[in-house]
Amino acid sequence: MKKKKGKVLSRIFTALIYIFLYLPIAVIILYSFNTSKMNIVFEGFTLEWYGRLFRNDSLLEAYGNTLLVGIVSTIIATLIGTLASYGMYKFKFRGKRIIDMLLYIPVVIPEIVLGISLLAIFNLSNIPMGLVSLIIAHATFSIPFVVFTVNARLSGFDKSVEEAAMDLGAGRLKTFLTVTLPIIMPGVISGAFLAFTLSVDDIIISFFTTGPGSNTFPLKVMELTKTGVTPDVYALSTIVLVITIIFVIITQREKKNSV
Amino acid sequence: MSEDKKPIVEIKGVNKIYGDNHVVHDLNLTVYEGEFLTMLGPSGCGKTTILRMIGGFEEPTEGMIYLEGERVDTKEPFQRNVNTVFQSYALFPHMNIFQNIAYGLKMKKVSKSEMKERVEEILHLVQLNGFEKRYPSQLSGGQKQRVAIARALINRPKVLLLDEPLGALDLKLRKEMQIELKNLQKKLGITFIYVTHDQEEALTMSDRIAIMNQGYLDQLDTPETVYERPATRFVADFIGESNIFETVINKISGDTVNVGLEVGNALGLIDENFSVNMSEMVYACVRPEKIKVSKTEVKGFTILGKVKEQIYVGNVIKSNIILVNGQVVKLSRMDIDEAPKIGDIVYIYWDVEDVVLIKSRGFMIHNIIENARLGGD
Repeated sequence: MKKKKGKVLSRIFTALIYIFLYLPIAVIILYSFNTSKMNIVFEGFTLEWYGRLFRNDSLLEAYGNTLLVGIVSTIIATLIGTLASYGMYKFKFRGKRIIDMLLYIPVVIPEIVLGISLLAIFNLSNIPMGLVSLIIAHATFSIPFVVFTVNARLSGFDKSVEEAAMDLGAGRLKTFLTVTLPIIMPGVISGAFLAFTLSVDDIIISFFTTGPGSNTFPLKVMELTKTGVTPDVYALSTIVLVITIIFVIITQREKKNSV
Repeated sequence: MSEDKKPIVEIKGVNKIYGDNHVVHDLNLTVYEGEFLTMLGPSGCGKTTILRMIGGFEEPTEGMIYLEGERVDTKEPFQRNVNTVFQSYALFPHMNIFQNIAYGLKMKKVSKSEMKERVEEILHLVQLNGFEKRYPSQLSGGQKQRVAIARALINRPKVLLLDEPLGALDLKLRKEMQIELKNLQKKLGITFIYVTHDQEEALTMSDRIAIMNQGYLDQLDTPETVYERPATRFVADFIGESNIFETVINKISGDTVNVGLEVGNALGLIDENFSVNMSEMVYACVRPEKIKVSKTEVKGFTILGKVKEQIYVGNVIKSNIILVNGQVVKLSRMDIDEAPKIGDIVYIYWDVEDVVLIKSRGFMIHNIIENARLGGD
């Protein structure tokens, strides 16, 4: 009897967690089809907002900026982060532990501090505020995350595999490209995804480092909250959400197949 | 090794020091063409380090390494005509078996058709035909081992280095692979330098064994000599079972010496290669199968003991005889009738040609001190 009760309770508990997580998202999807412009009651089904979305140039441009900044900063952060992680794994040098520790600091300090510091640096170094400064800023805060994920992959890496490649006649670069990189690739890819996610999400640092005419999607939505968020934003969010979910499903499948 | 053999690897005065750790001491070693040489020793004796220095993964702190007369100790691994079979196999997990084996050929830019032919040939050699498309994670330990060997052999190296290649296999498979490896080596005529801590493996496979002890080369000789005539106490103890007595030279009469133990006297032989002084400390080593017992005193021997226990190990009967000072003497016999009975009080003796006398470490320390006094190091 008692056991049964526990089972029911644990089910309710689980259900509550998922409701808590997914209800807000469900509301957004629902309201993207709402005929009313006010987000209070659901009046009827419409696809009007999806139509309007594709005529809302400033919103689309903001999303384009977000993707551009996300992709470019991810590429930069992944390159630098992967090489940094590999270098720290491969070589022993003085001050290695300090350098290792310094990597954690951008992760733990408040984003607002990092945002202000970056702003100050950009002003001092005359880097034009806009997409370039955004990309540099995003790459900066993404690098440690790439380093951490690649580190995790390298910690299980068998050094003798590299030695075997060199033993068979491969030079250092060739060894890295044909043996090391393919083996640590899953870490590099998940680091890149993490960097991309962080970049697309970011609002605080972007707020400080953007310039006129280079709004990102999160900044644009923030701006709109002052005048009221229109359902076309919901429509865009829904589209992004659907694409993301499809992507997640595909990668999960791939994973299953490869194991 | 006969004189006309051509040296292929020469190690001259090599030292390796990591921080405070002196791993290899003044090593001089010549390996000949077509030879199966085993480096044997407990873990941490420096054997793997030596192999890694030949392979190019470590640089000697001091000394030189020659390969076919060419100095290589500062060359990169990919510039040396030696290949290595790693202890962990080190197969490339993201490549299939064909790609793994063909890797060395790809680096040498061998044509596709020749690559295919040579991989097939070597797969046949290690009996793994039909495994080309599989991945290392789909193979058993023994199969991975064969792939590792095939991959190392594909470039037709002059010398193959093997770092405890059978360490991870179970006993039965290990025995099979030992024979297979030995046959492979004979067939290909390639020099094998083989590292192991398993003395049985070393004795069955090698042409010569180099026994390493804490960074020193204690003995380099054929398996028979190493077993029959160990050069140091360490070798006597490490190779097979041995009864080691600490003795002092009491009397020298011709080539026979009378040695005193803590618990009695015994006899031994000296020859022109081994001279001793009166009152010198030496170790007397006798194999368990060479120990003899008698109910009555034997001339020259006064060691008395009591048979304490007996163990049957398949076809061998092992007896432990305890001496007055508590030392246990091991005796083994193939035949139950030849073994003493438990509780018997027996005199222990041996034929003088069966005992190996070894200089004590004290003798060596004496030399070192003498050397230091004369200003050497």
